[in-house]
Amino acid sequence: MRRAETLTPFLLLLPALAYLVVFIGYPIVGTFQLSFSNPKGWLENFKYVFLSRDFRNAFFNTMLLGVVVIPIQFALAIALALLVNRKWKGYNTLLYIIATPLALSDVTAALISYSIFAPNGYLNKILMKLNWIDYPMYFFGYIFKSREFFVIVLTEVWRATPLVFVILLAGLQSINREYLEAADVFGFSPWQKLTKITLPLLKPSIVSALLVRTLFAFQIFGVVWLLAGRDITVLAGETYYWYVFMNNRNVASTYALIIAVLTFIVGWFYIGTIRSKYLEEGVRA
Amino acid sequence: MARVTVENVKKYFGAVKALDGVDLVVEDGTFVVLLGPSGCGKTTLMRCISGLERLTDGRIFFDERDVSQIAPKDRNVAMVFQSYAVWPHMKVKENIAYPLRLKKVQKSEIEERVKWVAELLHITELLDRFPSQLSGGQRQRVAVARAIVHRPSVLLMDEPLSNLDALLRVRMRSELKKLHEQVKVTTIYVTHDQTEAMTMGDKIAVMNAGRIIQFGTPEEIYKKPRTVFVAGFVGSPQMNFLKMKVTSKGTQFFAEGFGISVPLKNDPKRESVIVGIRPEHIFLEKKSRSTAVTSKVYFAEKLMSETVLHLSLTEDKSIIAKVPYDLSVREEEEIEINIDLDAIHLFDPSTEERIEL
Amino acid sequence: MRKFFYVLAFVGVVLWFLGPLFFVFLASLTPSSDFYMMGKIFPSKLTFEHIYKLLVNLGGWRALLVSLQVALIAIAISFALGIPAGYALTRFVFRGKNLLKLLMLFTRSIPLVVIAVSLVTIYLRLNLADTVIGVGLSHAAMVLPFVVLITSSIFSGVFVEYEEAGMIFGLSRFGAFLRITMPLALPGLAASAIFAFIMSWNEVFAASVLAITNRTLPAHILSTAMASPDYFKFAAGTIMAVPAMVFIFIIRKYLISMWGISLK
Repeated sequence: MRRAETLTPFLLLLPALAYLVVFIGYPIVGTFQLSFSNPKGWLENFKYVFLSRDFRNAFFNTMLLGVVVIPIQFALAIALALLVNRKWKGYNTLLYIIATPLALSDVTAALISYSIFAPNGYLNKILMKLNWIDYPMYFFGYIFKSREFFVIVLTEVWRATPLVFVILLAGLQSINREYLEAADVFGFSPWQKLTKITLPLLKPSIVSALLVRTLFAFQIFGVVWLLAGRDITVLAGETYYWYVFMNNRNVASTYALIIAVLTFIVGWFYIGTIRSKYLEEGVRA
Repeated sequence: MARVTVENVKKYFGAVKALDGVDLVVEDGTFVVLLGPSGCGKTTLMRCISGLERLTDGRIFFDERDVSQIAPKDRNVAMVFQSYAVWPHMKVKENIAYPLRLKKVQKSEIEERVKWVAELLHITELLDRFPSQLSGGQRQRVAVARAIVHRPSVLLMDEPLSNLDALLRVRMRSELKKLHEQVKVTTIYVTHDQTEAMTMGDKIAVMNAGRIIQFGTPEEIYKKPRTVFVAGFVGSPQMNFLKMKVTSKGTQFFAEGFGISVPLKNDPKRESVIVGIRPEHIFLEKKSRSTAVTSKVYFAEKLMSETVLHLSLTEDKSIIAKVPYDLSVREEEEIEINIDLDAIHLFDPSTEERIEL
Repeated sequence: MRKFFYVLAFVGVVLWFLGPLFFVFLASLTPSSDFYMMGKIFPSKLTFEHIYKLLVNLGGWRALLVSLQVALIAIAISFALGIPAGYALTRFVFRGKNLLKLLMLFTRSIPLVVIAVSLVTIYLRLNLADTVIGVGLSHAAMVLPFVVLITSSIFSGVFVEYEEAGMIFGLSRFGAFLRITMPLALPGLAASAIFAFIMSWNEVFAASVLAITNRTLPAHILSTAMASPDYFKFAAGTIMAVPAMVFIFIIRKYLISMWGISLK
C-alpha cells in the first residue's frame, strides 16, 4: 500500500532509531571526547600516538595485511565463483562447503590455524612423518614474526574469502547469459569472455565486496591477537591493549577514532564513486 | 446490498491528481463497470470506495451512511484483487471462511455458507487444497467465493479477468455475470477492456484523467458517446474521426473534407466539426441516407467472418471500414464506400464534446 | 579432461575448506599424550576429556551460557525494534525513506571497535559494565541495522495485496500484519534470527572490553588462550565452531538466497 501516511511510519521507526542513537551515536561522541581529552591539551593523545613507534607499526601492519590479504581473497573468490557458477554436478554442495567459514568467528579461525601450525600441530606432524623435516618448524613467537605474518595471512584468506565469494557469485549470476552467448557467436575465446565481458560486468559486485572487505580489514583483531599477540601490532589490537592492559581509555579511544576515520574515508570514497543504486542492496554481511 | 454514492471525491498523491472531482451513484444491486485506460483513476476510485485509500476531499456514502472515514474492515465491502490475493498459507476453505470467522459467525453457519458459495463457483473439490496447488482460474474463483461469502454491501472487482488466458476469460465473463444475477450484490467492476465492460455492465462509467467522462448504459455509451475520447475508447476497431470544414449552400449546411460531403441537419454554428463514423457503419452498398466517397485500399485484414479494410482517402488520411463477410480486394484497388448518414456523430473540434443537431 | 580438472578442483576446495576444521575437531578429541607425541597424527583413541575440562574446570560452561544469554538478548531487542522499522521502510512512502536506508547501511559499517571503549565509560556510570545485559545491549546495536534492512526485504517479499485483502475482509492494519504478514514472513525471519545469533556468538572485541568476569566464550578464549594448554584452545575452538556450523547448515538455503544467489 503506497499511502502517504504521516505519523505511523515514523512511530514505527522511532524505537530503532532511538536505540541506535543511544548505543552507537552517543558512544561515538564519547570516543571523540575520550580521545580529545588529556590534561596536557586536547591534541596530546594524538601527538603521543602518532609519534609512537607502536602506532607506526600497527598502522603499517594493518595496511600491509590488508594489501596482502585482499588481492589474494579476490583472486581466489573469483576463481571459486566462476567454478561454482558452472553448475557442474554437485555444485550445490560445493557452495555450502565454501560458505562454511562464514559461520566461524575470527577466534575460531585462529584456533584452527594454531592446531595446524603449532609446534605439535598437524603440519609439523605430517611433515615429520614424511621425513621432509627433522625438527618441528616454529611459526609462533617473536623471532618468527614473518612466519606469524604468513600464518595470519593464510588464516584470514581462509576465513574471509567466502564473504567475497558470496558477493561475487551473486553478481556473477545476475549477468545476463545473453551477453556471453553473443560473445560465443562472435567467436570470443574463454579468456576474452572473462576479461572483456564477465569481469567488467562484475565490477559493481567487485566494488561492493571490496568496500566490505576493506572496512573489515581495518578492524582485524582476533586472528592477530591470538596467533601473534603484540608481536604484530594492529590498530584494533592496540585499542584493546591500551584499554585492557594499560587502562588508558583515552589512548585506546584515539586508536579507535583512527580506525573510524579510516573507515569513513573509504566509505565516503565508495559512496562518491558509485551510484546509489548499489547501496539499495542492503544485506551484505 | 447498498447503494453507493460518490460525492465530489478527490484523491491526490502529492502533486498527482489521481481523482479530480468524481461524482457517481451506483444503484443498489446493479453491476457498474469503471472503464478507462491505465492511469485514468478507476482503480484509485475503487480503492477509495473500499477504504484502502483515504480521500483527499469529498465523501462516499453507502445508502445513507457516510463511510468516508471508516476503515475498510467496518465498511462491509469485499474485493477481488487483480492478483486474487488468495492467502497462500491457508487452505482454500480457510481462505473462504476467514471473513466469516472475523465476523464471529457461528461455526455451523460458516460451514453452510462455505459449502453454498463453493457450489456456486464450482470449486467444491478444491476446498482442501492450498492455493499453490491451484491454477490461475481456480484461484480466481476462490477469490470471488471469498468475496461473496459474507454477503457484502458492495462487491469490488479489480480487473479480475486480466490474468486469465483468452478462452477462460470469455467463459468467466458470462459466469461472473450469471453469478451477479443470482446473488444480486451491488458490484463495481474495474477494467480497461471495453468488451468486458460492454458485455457485463448494467451501466458503464468511462473515466479518463481522474474524472468520469460519461456514465450510462452500454447502449448509451456506444450510440451516444459524449466526447471523442469515449467514442474512440469503446468500439473496435476504433471509430473514425474526420475533421471537416463547415460550408453552406443557401440554408443547407455541409461538413466537407477528404472528398466527402456530409449534409448537416442544422447550423452547427462552428467553422469546423469532427465527424465520427464507426467502421461498421461504412458500407460498400448504398444506404437510404448515405454519402459516397472513393478510396484506395491500403490493407485488408481478412478475418473470414468479417473483413477490416484500411482505406486511404487522401495522402495522409485513412479510414477504416468493417464488413461482416469475407471480401476479396486487392491492395491499391479503388473502391467506393458509403457512409451511413444516420450513424454519424458530430463533435466540437476544440472541446471534443458531442454536438446534437 | 575437463571433468578431471573439475574433480580436482572440487576435491581441492573441499580439502581446503573442511580440512582445517577437521584438524581442530580431531585435535580437540585427541588425548594430550598422543597430541604431544610427534610421531602420532591420528590418536589411538578419541577422548572428550578436553572438552569436559574446558567446560567444567576452565569456566567454559559459564562462558558458553553467557554467550547464549547475550545472543538471545541481542536477538530479542534487535527484532523487537527492527521488525516495526523494517515494516515501516517497505510499506510506507514518506520523505527521507532513502536517507534512512542509507543511514542503516552506514551504521552497519561502523566497527564495534570504535565505540566499545567509549561504551564502557557509559556503562560504568549506568552500572552496566561487566554485565550480561550490557554486552547483550551492545550486540543488539550491532545487529539492529542488519535486522532492519533484512526484515524490510523480507516484508517486501510478502505481497501487499495479501495484507489489503486481510484489511478488506475484517482485519485492522495491525491485525493484517499479525495474522497474514507475519506467518508468511516467519521462515525468513527465523533464518535471519539464526544469522543474527551467529553474529553475536562470534563477536569478540566488544565482549572482551565490556565485561571482565561475565565473558562470552570468544572473549574468554581470547583472554586466557595465551596461557592455557593447547587442548584448551582446540576444545574451545570446537565448541565455538560446532553450533555455528549446525545453524548455518540448517538455514543454508535461506542464507544463500538472502545473498542473492539462486540455486537453480
